[in-house]
Amino acid sequence: MKRLILTLLLVMGLVPMAFAQDDFNTIALRLGGGFGEQAEAVERLGLSGDPRALPMLQALSDGKLTRMPDGALRIGETDALTGAPADATGASALRINNRVRAALRTALGRLQIVSPDPAERLRAVDGILRSRSAQDLPLLDAALARESVARIRDRLLLAQGAARLASDDAALKQAGIESLGASGSEAARAVLLEARAGNAALAEAIDAAVARIDRQLAFRRAGELLFQGLSLGSVLLLAALGLAVTFGVMGVINMAHGEFVMLGAYTTFLVQEALRGTFLGPWSLLCAIPAAFLVAALCGAALERGLIRHLYGRPLETLLMTFGVGMMLQQAVRLLFGAQNREVSSPSWMQGTLLLPGDISVTQNRLWIIVFGVAVLLLVMAAIRYTRFGLEMRAVVQNRRIAATMGIRTGRVDALTFAFGSGIAGMAGVALSQIDNVSPNLGTGYIVDSFMVVVFGGVGSLAGTLIGALTLGVVNKLLEPYAGVVLAKVAVLVGIMLFIQRRPKGLFALKGRAADQ
Amino acid sequence: MQGLSSLRFNLRFALLALILVLLLLPPILNALPAGHPLRISDFVVAVTGKWICYAILALSIDLAWGYAGILSLGHGAFFALGGYAMGMHLMRMIGNRGVYGHPVLPDFMVFLGYKELPWYWLGFEYFPFAMLMALLVPGALAGLVGWLAFRSRITGVYLSIITQAMTYALMLAFFRNDMGFGGNNGFTDFKDLLGVPLNTPSARAGLYLAALGALLITLLISAHVVNSKFGRLLIAIRDAESRVRFLGYDVTAFKLFVFVLSAMMAGLAGALYVPIVGIINPGEFSPGNSIEAVVWVAFGGRGTLIGAILGAFSVNALKTWLTSFAPDLWLLVLGALFIIVTLLLPRGLIGLSWRRRT
Repeated sequence: MKRLILTLLLVMGLVPMAFAQDDFNTIALRLGGGFGEQAEAVERLGLSGDPRALPMLQALSDGKLTRMPDGALRIGETDALTGAPADATGASALRINNRVRAALRTALGRLQIVSPDPAERLRAVDGILRSRSAQDLPLLDAALARESVARIRDRLLLAQGAARLASDDAALKQAGIESLGASGSEAARAVLLEARAGNAALAEAIDAAVARIDRQLAFRRAGELLFQGLSLGSVLLLAALGLAVTFGVMGVINMAHGEFVMLGAYTTFLVQEALRGTFLGPWSLLCAIPAAFLVAALCGAALERGLIRHLYGRPLETLLMTFGVGMMLQQAVRLLFGAQNREVSSPSWMQGTLLLPGDISVTQNRLWIIVFGVAVLLLVMAAIRYTRFGLEMRAVVQNRRIAATMGIRTGRVDALTFAFGSGIAGMAGVALSQIDNVSPNLGTGYIVDSFMVVVFGGVGSLAGTLIGALTLGVVNKLLEPYAGVVLAKVAVLVGIMLFIQRRPKGLFALKGRAADQ
Repeated sequence: MQGLSSLRFNLRFALLALILVLLLLPPILNALPAGHPLRISDFVVAVTGKWICYAILALSIDLAWGYAGILSLGHGAFFALGGYAMGMHLMRMIGNRGVYGHPVLPDFMVFLGYKELPWYWLGFEYFPFAMLMALLVPGALAGLVGWLAFRSRITGVYLSIITQAMTYALMLAFFRNDMGFGGNNGFTDFKDLLGVPLNTPSARAGLYLAALGALLITLLISAHVVNSKFGRLLIAIRDAESRVRFLGYDVTAFKLFVFVLSAMMAGLAGALYVPIVGIINPGEFSPGNSIEAVVWVAFGGRGTLIGAILGAFSVNALKTWLTSFAPDLWLLVLGALFIIVTLLLPRGLIGLSWRRRT
């Protein structure tokens, strides 16, 4: 047993070290020897994980490795060991037999692990992982020391753990279980469970490691779920913020709000098409934000001045009328752009996924939408609190007649406020174009949810809108794994109805004089 | 309707009688031999029958909205639930004539691998039970939603949005295959009702007359409700809810009663609608349908009962006529109708005639 451990330690720790310049050269030179010697050298080079061995073995396999009379090896006009140009006159091609050929195949497969091409490296690791043999350990150790790509490193660690588990040494097995348990991946869990049958003595340790992985996986799932919830919440927030202004502050119920979102998404599409090929092309999404705001705000102002103004104080009629407007907008866009989806591409800086600590993967575009949602919220809050327009808007909401006597043109403020809320809906459309289909009925899916957010959070409270949107988003996503998408939605709706029983004015009820209106 | 002069009342009555007589014509003229110049085609009978069901739905909305001020944007859900109850009966009546020939299970259940009928399908092989359910299920749902909403004084647009969310949620639910209601295909390929094959002229005439009878009965019930003291109270609630409350009336109970009654009428309309059109699917739950029905009422003139019927017929006639040659334009016209009705015709078509007389 002791001898065995000693040998293993040698194989594990010493072999890579032993492959200093001299040993590598010695072994490599044996490629020029007889078939038996050749095969052994090929095998040892394959296990070494030394990138210098790769071109040499490849050349041998291709019949391009030649031997000088003094025993030096050449690949074409270069020295096979140093890669320096060298005289190759009188070199004779090395011949190989089937045994060497077989050894070469294995060795080359292993050595792909040090190939400069990441895809090939990954393929090599997977091949080694499948074999699960302790023989590969030095190769894996050497590759691990060199690997810098995180994804391949993870794979290497997995293969290393699996190889350690396959060894005969208890300490090494323990180390394998330990490292697999720490990795927290599904694949490691499978490797551990598979090894459990053959290692009755280590069952306890393996179970502990599996439990540890399960905890990590659960944590990761919870993290990803939370992120999805926040992402949905930020989408709802964007869709509902405009409503919080038009419905919450002004008390105008606008069923065409979803169509303003849709107009924003189509504006994004048009801006993208207009800027395609220009230097602004990659930034078309950013340019679309003010454009979408303007388009939706102008439509909003026209709607308020032209139609809604005549229906103040008659909310049910306003609801019906704006529904009709939404219907017409939808159909008009369908006639103009066609019913099929329009393609809005994501800029490169929004693509791909990001790994957070704990291996929680988040998609970049959803992350940006969360950032955008928060930014828009802050913008709206600042506009209401710190600008002249915000002051006039609050004054008109609090007391229209006194505001008018103070010289505020209330009609103009109404139009601006409604345009402001509609413009926010347009900006929401820019964000939605990144995660949803840009089609004429884009807005309809969000309108009911947005109203729920505003009612739940408390009409007239931006903080309530934020909390309401995030709560609904997270609760929706948390329920989904258990109840399915549809039932989760139904459950949330019922939940809100029950909630309104307790708090008819929403989470953040207005206090004082404003509550009476 | 305290301010109703007798002249106007008689006018409405004459209008009503005219509509009813006109509605009796299609099945009679349909019975004429083929080729006769006055013969009305099967298609017209079916379409008019559909409109009659819509008129009952409009009537139910008018009862709740026009009189009690409850603008429900979810009446399409009650209509569809009634339709599904009838559809379940019709599915059971197919028996072993389905594609798979299973004696008990409808085709879609065989297809989805059901071994036996779900418990909530039991009893639907009996027509009276199915009819009862077509009334009770919408009524119970309206009772639950209404009770939750009215007791916490959810009124106006809030109630509208909640009812819209209700029908939206139901639509999503009925689109699911595992609900046991046929998923997005719903029910179709019905064979016969009460032993009469559905594709025969007598079945068509029977269904038409049944719908017409139902319209008459629901109209009489509604008229009775709104012309009683109860009806006056409903109008009072619509116009000044808190004042009625302060006078000591239990507003919640009044509203709940009228809401449930209205939902049951909508369920009846749905139950009659399904055998006439021969299909029911979750699309009937879509919020757009409900709000379209509200526009029929608004267009005809709400708070008049007769206006709702008039509106249902005229808007649907317009729709059928327009979609036959310019289907793209229909939604634009419908949208414009919403705007016209709210801004220019707050009292609807009926109001138009009144204004001219006064």
